[in-house]
Amino acid sequence: MAYHMKFTIEQGDYVTAGEASRKIKRNLRKIGIDKKIIRRVAIAAYEGEMNVAIHSLGGEMGVELLPDKVVVVIQDKGPGIPDLDLAMKEGWSTAGKEVREMGFGAGMGLPNMEKNADEFQIKSGSSGTTISMGFNVN
Amino acid sequence: MKLSEIRKLLDAKVLAGKEELDHDVNLACGCDLMSDVLRFTKEEAVLLTGLTNQHVLKTAEIACIDCIIFVRDKIPEQELIDDAEEVGIIIMATYLPLYEACGKLYASGLGRTGK
Repeated sequence: MAYHMKFTIEQGDYVTAGEASRKIKRNLRKIGIDKKIIRRVAIAAYEGEMNVAIHSLGGEMGVELLPDKVVVVIQDKGPGIPDLDLAMKEGWSTAGKEVREMGFGAGMGLPNMEKNADEFQIKSGSSGTTISMGFNVN
Repeated sequence: MKLSEIRKLLDAKVLAGKEELDHDVNLACGCDLMSDVLRFTKEEAVLLTGLTNQHVLKTAEIACIDCIIFVRDKIPEQELIDDAEEVGIIIMATYLPLYEACGKLYASGLGRTGK
């Protein structure tokens, strides 16, 4: 079944952040994707959505269902991640107090996205960061 | 362990999902860091936390957690309770602090691996 959705993520909008991932989860459930795969997609999407709201100037998240996998692409408008190796380390974070008080910003986001996805690619520059994740459905 | 037994052990009030207390859970996680919940918690667990913002409910829904127990007498906004009813997540609240609430559940066998 063809499925493609795109969501806008606003900078600093912590109230709405997470809603897109909720919708993705509910839609994939309606389509009949395996529960364990949906959980991995939803966790990675939620971490990505929070990252864009917390660290970037805003961006968008697209989800596509292909015959053999779910693809999630998260793209923001910058300012980019200066040191990707550091950002991929568990526990490393530049998040501020407000974000930490919400229960985020512990430096687990990117590593957790990579852990949950079957394919994970990240590219970052001053004009933005793009993360592509694939989740096998067969 | 049945949620009704957890309610009794923690002397907790049920704020959402009163009809679902017959449900069984095997694991529990005591944590205020939602990033850690998303990273380490398994599905069909109970989350005990002192955080009451909407991201706790979002995290529970995303991570397939069946029940949230707010500790230290913390009561979330009514909006969170209504949303939890809608998505089928059970909400309880206890006066016990996080450490003590987790200790009581662990001592009663919830989440023990036998190691």
